[in-house]
Amino acid sequence: MVSTDAQSSAHSPVLSVQDARLVYPNGHQALDEVSFELEPGGFLALTGPSGCGKTSVLQMLAGLLRPTAGSVRVEGQDPSRVDGIACCFQDPRLLPWRSVGANVALPLELAGVPGSDRTDRATEALARVGLEQVADRLPHQLSGGMRMRVSIARALVVRPRLLLLDEPFGALDEVTREQLDDELLRLWDEDRMTVVIVTHSLREAVYLAQRVVVMAGSAGPLVADTPVEFGGRTESTRTDHAFNDEVQRVQRLLRSGGGG
Amino acid sequence: MKSLFMRFIPPFIVAVLFLLLWEGIVVVFEIKPFLLPSPVAVWESGREHWDQLLQAALRTGGAALLGFVLAGTVGVALGSLLGLSRWLERGFYPPTLLLQMVPLIAIAPLFVIWFGFGARSTIAATVVVAIFPVIASTLGGIRSTDPQLLELFRFHHASRLQTWWKLQLPSASPSIITGLRVAAGLSVIGAITAEFVSGYTGESAPLGSIIIASVQNFQTALMFAAVLISSLVGFLLFGLVNVLGWLVLHHWHGEHS
Repeated sequence: MVSTDAQSSAHSPVLSVQDARLVYPNGHQALDEVSFELEPGGFLALTGPSGCGKTSVLQMLAGLLRPTAGSVRVEGQDPSRVDGIACCFQDPRLLPWRSVGANVALPLELAGVPGSDRTDRATEALARVGLEQVADRLPHQLSGGMRMRVSIARALVVRPRLLLLDEPFGALDEVTREQLDDELLRLWDEDRMTVVIVTHSLREAVYLAQRVVVMAGSAGPLVADTPVEFGGRTESTRTDHAFNDEVQRVQRLLRSGGGG
Repeated sequence: MKSLFMRFIPPFIVAVLFLLLWEGIVVVFEIKPFLLPSPVAVWESGREHWDQLLQAALRTGGAALLGFVLAGTVGVALGSLLGLSRWLERGFYPPTLLLQMVPLIAIAPLFVIWFGFGARSTIAATVVVAIFPVIASTLGGIRSTDPQLLELFRFHHASRLQTWWKLQLPSASPSIITGLRVAAGLSVIGAITAEFVSGYTGESAPLGSIIIASVQNFQTALMFAAVLISSLVGFLLFGLVNVLGWLVLHHWHGEHS
């Protein structure tokens, strides 16, 4: 996709976290020496119990937080200088006074993309999440699941090379959540952008990702960094033995390394 | 249709009963007209001085409206500026508060010295009384912008101006409209009070001057008529802000606001 250094970048990691530590000004340690890398086009899930610092890692990848020590790089640069990153937060974070279409176009607007272009791209992004017909509605007129889709469309509108998701479907009911998980996989299949998702659900992590990074306890280092291995994902995957065995394997990893 | 009917009928009945009671008391107890004129006397006086009152209402209403618009624009600008930095807020908010505490009637003569008799003094006084609620509501609204949305804007590298115009100002608009409602009422009060001092009698007398002059001449019925017109002017300005508020906010949360 990228014209410059296409060949070399295919092998260098798109993101790398090296011994990242995060200590808040009040002395609270949010993260202790986390390291991992990810190849372009990879799908990585970051999981662990509440308070383990997984959201902090994502915020550092988004350029919203800086590590106190160590380094966080996206495409070899400081993440806050990289353009191709998109982020879905825990809440849809839509502007209540703007129509769905105008919400989706917001990142383009802030980047100075001209008006007609913005509308076209917003419509296209909404179509990809199946919501092109609600472009003129206001966020409060949509269901929670639809609002989250709008948030995903807003992330897609910038055509990201790296998509970060912070427990995006945590507040939704299970059926909607599974639908959106499948939709996310379909979008990834179409674009092959690099994806990092934070989730506290091991099942979701194993279902979605090619690789699961498990963090432990409070501000814990990694307890595991494991590829996910079971057959291809089909309609019945969630009830498959192979899938459930894999979930249990990751669960054991978390227990063995977690300690507290 | 029925609910609209129910909304206007009760206050109408109460108003009619009130006027009847007033008329009755004045007639039965034979109260002197200069102490308390009957509603009929007020009506008669209003009709007699109608041209003068209408001119005065336009003059006072115009000054109040202009003062209100100035207070609204400058107030939103200042409130936004104070919202930009804690330093500015700490430095400038106390003096602004002090401005609010100064009794207008005490400093109105100063405006006459600065701006002369007439509309300019009235407008200046109106701005001084009406600006504080606008500053305070703008500042409060901007300060209560959802931090998660601010983070979203930060993530997208929005400039300060973009963040203000596309996020903080719209977030603050319900609060600003509330401040403007308060300011609308204060504008008319401020204009009339200033006119007690800065207005002049004669052909082009504003409402405040008519009120003062009619009291001094024991034309109490005229005073009542002028006060009634003043309230109507205030009501109109208030209505204007409500229409503005509806235009800005009606698509916000659907049925609310």
